[in-house]
Amino acid sequence: MAEVAENIQNIIKPENLVYQKSPVLTDKVMHYCPGCSHGVVHKIIAEVIDEMGIQEDTIGVSPVGCSVFAYNYIDIDWHEAAHGRAPAVATGVKRVFPNKFVFSYQGDGDLAAIGTAETMHAVNRGENIVMVFINNAIYGMTGGQMAPTTMVGQVTATTPYGRDVDLNGYPLKITELIAQLPGAAYVTRQSVQTAAAVKKTKKAIRKAFEIQANKKGTAFVEVVATCNSGWKISPVDSNEWMEEHMFPFYPLGDLKDGEKEDPEALKMNV
Amino acid sequence: MGELRLMKGNEVIAEAAIRCGCDGYFGYPITPQSEVMETLMNRRPWDETGMVVLQAESEVASINMVYGAAGAGKKVMTSSSSPGISLMAEGISYLAGAELPCLIVNVQRGGPGLGTIQPSQADYFQATKGGGHGDYRLIVLAPASVQEMNDFVDLSFELAFKYRNPVMILSDGAIGQMMEKVELADYKPRWTDEEVKEVSGSWAAIGKSPDREQNIITSLELASDKMEQNNIRFQAKYQKIQENEVRFEAIDCDDADYILVAFGSSARVCQKTIQLARAKGHKVGLLRPITLFPFPTEEIKRLAGRVKGFLSVEMNAGQMVEDVRLAVNGKVPVEYYGRMGGIIPSPDEVEKALEQKLIGE
Repeated sequence: MAEVAENIQNIIKPENLVYQKSPVLTDKVMHYCPGCSHGVVHKIIAEVIDEMGIQEDTIGVSPVGCSVFAYNYIDIDWHEAAHGRAPAVATGVKRVFPNKFVFSYQGDGDLAAIGTAETMHAVNRGENIVMVFINNAIYGMTGGQMAPTTMVGQVTATTPYGRDVDLNGYPLKITELIAQLPGAAYVTRQSVQTAAAVKKTKKAIRKAFEIQANKKGTAFVEVVATCNSGWKISPVDSNEWMEEHMFPFYPLGDLKDGEKEDPEALKMNV
Repeated sequence: MGELRLMKGNEVIAEAAIRCGCDGYFGYPITPQSEVMETLMNRRPWDETGMVVLQAESEVASINMVYGAAGAGKKVMTSSSSPGISLMAEGISYLAGAELPCLIVNVQRGGPGLGTIQPSQADYFQATKGGGHGDYRLIVLAPASVQEMNDFVDLSFELAFKYRNPVMILSDGAIGQMMEKVELADYKPRWTDEEVKEVSGSWAAIGKSPDREQNIITSLELASDKMEQNNIRFQAKYQKIQENEVRFEAIDCDDADYILVAFGSSARVCQKTIQLARAKGHKVGLLRPITLFPFPTEEIKRLAGRVKGFLSVEMNAGQMVEDVRLAVNGKVPVEYYGRMGGIIPSPDEVEKALEQKLIGE
């Protein structure tokens, strides 16, 4: 390995360097499955932190789920929150550190099932935080059970005959709900299955951090993602499955772009 | 002499927090402690000291806001009453597991379930034996007056940071709601960012400077050998707390034949009871644990060597009596007398119980 590393150093010169690992990513080997979207989103967040020069001023809040160990990979100070509570933890951090950058990172079960109340109320208060939401329509870490965002008919460990609305209710479009809240400044839904999509998501996450810098309200970025291990298909097939089944129900694009509502306009006339 | 005021116990918690340099309060309304947040919102400390106050969407959210702000190395707190503390139990376990300093005030009401809004001491087990999951302890202080509600806020933060451990003030609806004369503390400034860095910079998530490793606030450790080491470290800390932080008040115990053991509101009742008993010629003393964890085991053990018996007086079905029995270890009789459901026992009925259960034999 050492020999390979040395050869690489001889080959890679500043004049021919086209890409390198963000210095805000640690050297730890990621535990994510091959084909998982988490690694790509981690990389994007690390690049944005590096490019904005805010590594010393950024504090992350990781969830319970596959990305519980996000703190192992992005080289900043972190809080590991209880299941669903990341937006409340991020609120606590931001309220005592109003000038730091604070972001939460959560999966669909964490953000849209057990943590729905914390999610909605953090956004409704217009907390000046960034919320990153990874929606892969399944519980990954616990072994592929139904998530709030699981598609109708989708087979999971707890919907072995497919998600049945009469039994399990509908897939939850929580991002659409969030876009209705006056505290939200920027709400967008992106993906990371192609180079073009990665670029767009990076632009969205950069914008979200800039909104926080300007204290305009909550910036919420959903990333429609794959979980090929949970879905039990190959990474390539997962990308196709996501495009075919998830994108029509969870359409990509901005749901809200602006700033939180002007409280003066809502004030009672007394 | 500090400023003298006539105040409610709950109001004093708020006032003491502002004056001791608390950085943040996160809470949710519940009877009988809502005056804590109401007082804070009226006082607007964010304009005065910079302390933040936030009404959360639930007790679950408020304890997790405390987790975030405590992990930032700040002096932060919440308050609630029994059902709300149950909702916070998960978060309290995480705070203990991540070794975060903070203050949790429980102004107890009767249970179980929605129970009653009247005063109770039925959360003794929950406060002193865990309450949430996993092996952990809180430092638990039991005020018996409005003055102690004031004094224990600053003391709680001192202990919380000394041991990097959550501290609970276990009060009840009587002490929270009653008005008494209180001598307020002088203002202490909030810690500056530099002071936070000095006190907690080795562990708090305050922003990673290039010269150090990441600070990660977590209770997670999947490797059992490492997790066991964490548990051993916690237990060693709890042991140190037991050796160094026991606080109690002994009234008329020196010549006593019988000892009442009572904390908080029931200790107030027992102060009168010992007067009634002594008027009848019975030598009775009162041992009032101020710290419920650590429990004054050694003092009770010492007294058990020469008294004839103990009566544990509680506003619950008999919880602390188990700790008294463990300390006495069968040397002399240990009895319990108490009321439940929000009833405060009268000094007379306690005196009668003492005669029936111990002296009359």
